[in-house]
Amino acid sequence: MSRVQRDMALTGQPPAALNVIQKLGTALGVGGLLILVLAVFNLQLPSKTLWLSIALSALFGGIVLFSYGAYSDKQAGIKNDGVWFKSVSSRGFLAWIAGLALTGFYIVLYFKAELLGLNTEGKNFGLIALFDPLSKLLSGNPASQWFVYGTLYTIAILGFGIKFLWKYRHNRYERLRTISVMFFQTAFAFLIPEFMARLNSDDFSLPYYDLKNIWPLNYYNFEQYRVDSFISSGTIGLALLIFGIASIFIITPILTYKYGKRWYCSWVCGCGGLAETAGDSFRHLSDKSEFAWKVERWVVHSVLVFVVVMTTAVVATYLGYDAEKYWLTKDVFLIAVAVFLTVLFGLIWLFKKEELKQDARYGAIGYLVIVLALIGIHFSSGSTLFLIPAESLRTTYGFLIGSIFSGVIGTGFYPIFGNRVWCRFGCPMAAILGLQQRLFSKFRITTNGGQCISCGNCSSYCEMGIDVRAYAQKGENIVRASCVGCGICSAVCPRGVLKLENASTEKRINSREVLLGNDVDLMDYLNQN
Amino acid sequence: MEHVVIVGNGIAGITAARHIRKNSNKKITIISAESEHFFSRTALMYVYMGHMRFKDLKPYEDHFWSKNRIDLKQAYVEKVDTENKTLLFAEDETMTYDTLILATGSVPATYDWKGLELKGVQGLVSKQDLELLEKNAPNNEVCPKAIIVGGGLIGVELAEMLHTRKIEVTMLVREKGFWSSVLPDPDAQLISEHIKSHHINVLHEEELDKILGDEQGNVKGIRTKSGKEIQCNLVGITTGVKPKIDFLEGSGIATDKGILVNRLLQTNIKNVYAIGDCAQQHEAIGLRKPVEAVWYTGRMMGETVAQTICGNPFEYNPGNWFNSAKFFDIEYQTYGWVFSGKNKKTYEAHFHWKHPDNTKCITIAYHKENREFLGINTFGIRLRHEVLDHWLNTHQSVDAVVQNLDQANFDPEFYRSYFPEIKAAFSTSKQFKNHE
Repeated sequence: MSRVQRDMALTGQPPAALNVIQKLGTALGVGGLLILVLAVFNLQLPSKTLWLSIALSALFGGIVLFSYGAYSDKQAGIKNDGVWFKSVSSRGFLAWIAGLALTGFYIVLYFKAELLGLNTEGKNFGLIALFDPLSKLLSGNPASQWFVYGTLYTIAILGFGIKFLWKYRHNRYERLRTISVMFFQTAFAFLIPEFMARLNSDDFSLPYYDLKNIWPLNYYNFEQYRVDSFISSGTIGLALLIFGIASIFIITPILTYKYGKRWYCSWVCGCGGLAETAGDSFRHLSDKSEFAWKVERWVVHSVLVFVVVMTTAVVATYLGYDAEKYWLTKDVFLIAVAVFLTVLFGLIWLFKKEELKQDARYGAIGYLVIVLALIGIHFSSGSTLFLIPAESLRTTYGFLIGSIFSGVIGTGFYPIFGNRVWCRFGCPMAAILGLQQRLFSKFRITTNGGQCISCGNCSSYCEMGIDVRAYAQKGENIVRASCVGCGICSAVCPRGVLKLENASTEKRINSREVLLGNDVDLMDYLNQN
Repeated sequence: MEHVVIVGNGIAGITAARHIRKNSNKKITIISAESEHFFSRTALMYVYMGHMRFKDLKPYEDHFWSKNRIDLKQAYVEKVDTENKTLLFAEDETMTYDTLILATGSVPATYDWKGLELKGVQGLVSKQDLELLEKNAPNNEVCPKAIIVGGGLIGVELAEMLHTRKIEVTMLVREKGFWSSVLPDPDAQLISEHIKSHHINVLHEEELDKILGDEQGNVKGIRTKSGKEIQCNLVGITTGVKPKIDFLEGSGIATDKGILVNRLLQTNIKNVYAIGDCAQQHEAIGLRKPVEAVWYTGRMMGETVAQTICGNPFEYNPGNWFNSAKFFDIEYQTYGWVFSGKNKKTYEAHFHWKHPDNTKCITIAYHKENREFLGINTFGIRLRHEVLDHWLNTHQSVDAVVQNLDQANFDPEFYRSYFPEIKAAFSTSKQFKNHE
């Protein structure tokens, strides 16, 4: 990634400084953070409930106060002044500090939770113990590192969500979308699973389940321990299991067909929620080059193949061989997977081949052949399915994708690579939704005739690194697999050129040679050729 | 192989080059003294404001040009020798051409004011102007106060730019309302008020008399024609632009305000074409001006001249007029013809609607007698180009247009619609007129 080019700031010192209220807000937030850091070092705080409340209120209040300082005295409108001058949002010193701190936090969280005070044997200590009172209030259980993380995550989405609402107060699409992610995070990701834990008893045990977290984002949803506890939890458990399967195979395709992947990625998803709120100040850092796009296509679809293979292997290991006992045996399952993938591929090839780029065709054929061959080899020679034990696949996926990619790189590097690195390069759910959006959806970003002036605001502020301008300046609609429909390109466009819409699939991609506004005969002549 | 040389790498020249490449195998060279690569001039303001970096203004990645076999040459064309089909560069080099496209754009138009040579007096058209502004007005310590002369699109951009660095800005606007040579009075007033609401001092009906300097040759203030003296550290000249044609003297290429071209965009010299801001039609096309310094017309001329050069002669015959701009937070779009008070046609009537919050309004122009829809200005409401273009082509009546405005809505989803209010206001105004 190239260093920031501050080529116009030859002698200039443009104002990037904070005003008094923003400084107060920063101090308050840092104060809250400091209490948490002290707790990590096991400082004995007299009343955990009190100090936890103080810390969390200070964090939340600090963010809100900062936002008030930033936007309250300004008129409604686009607020990107000085984005490339401020250290934190232009890969300056503060950005690297923030990036390192976040990355360090994720590494500890995923791999060294005992440093935060996790004690599975007895009472928690340190930071995690500080969160015990809140956890007990909600679920009745002591806190874990995931509870601490979930609480901070929710506060970040709520606090920075308010900041975002203020910043885009003139834009109803942005407001509704942000309220939606704030709601889904608080209710579905944070509160409901905790309350569900309250229902558990000795003979009834639902796994932790964030209902909006759909496989394959929730890559562990069909692992044996979860499926077992779903099945053993009666009707509710079974309903949840069926909901989990229906989410990806029925609900997702329907909603994506109607509204594009945005219904999930920028309205519901927790990763998206954090990116859109806490990550908003970093959206312009995404790489817009064609090269980055190419890397994105290969990496994200490879992760998708990886998760399909891993899940297939994991599910296959706990299915039995005896059809008498249960109809779904390992063999039936594997054949079903092979048939499903083949039919899916066949249908896409039959109806949408023209819309696939060459590398997409090679990639799709290549991966399908490999997966089918491996399943075939397993049947013919009896070797380990996919040649690697399912457990190794599972732990490797969990480590590489679930922890390193989504957490450490995905969020830790917000201030360096932008706020959607995980969603763009790593999320297998985004890959599936993207395929649907690209090939079977009514969603597009419409370009308004010939009004584009190639200014580049849309591309700059696209968090997914889509070169929106490349399409808009050709008068072409934007139909891209990766678009999460955040609507910021449309918001920052100074000429009203872009509009997110669900409309007829006819003429969704309207490539044309000459733009609207020129000679009618010339347009007819060239655009029909 | 035929060598097409394009002077100027703005939107007109670049569009021509791209389309010639699509349609032919000719050798293409683009010459620019201003910048190595094409960038969006309209976005220069965003670099100063910190929204984007200069490199973000480039619509194509740097490898695009070699991939498409378009040669780029950074040089300043000092003379055109049409007899020998040769360009003379300031760098003492030469280049020969078979076909020449002049797409040199504009320079700021100034009048015979005293003090134009002072340090701190500048326009805002080129990349160099932006670099100069960064020197002249890096912050409000070096430059606490600025005067902007002229109330047009570049003037308001400059005001917004300086405002982000907390520099006190005063604008001298000759007319009563902002940009009222183009905008009807109610629209101009709305924009005036909006600019003032951003703490910009707007002095209407004031004109520049002279620029005052100190001993070191720096600007220290201005005097207006009414005798007001105002102290300042920067004077932005934004009283319009004029074609960049000075280097053509003695070339034999006929010029007036701009380079004179026929409908095929040919100059009086064979194989020499002119497009974009620097071109001037012998006769105005429809209600358009002979010189049109607008992004969109530059692009359209580029699209058209490429066809002609590639052996498929097409006359430049632009469709319905459209344009857009943004005044601080208020977006503006126009489709068809809505003339200002001064330029209003005798047959032209206006319907005007304004939202009470003073950030949204529309003006619809129609024919008094036959009620044909002539054009629309919108502020703070986005409309769909395709629909408006269709309505203009099919000569809809103003009544049908107002009735169907919803179909032209281009505001983002979930935005409040103002069309019911507009329709109600329109029918009220109609009844009022019927009673007259």
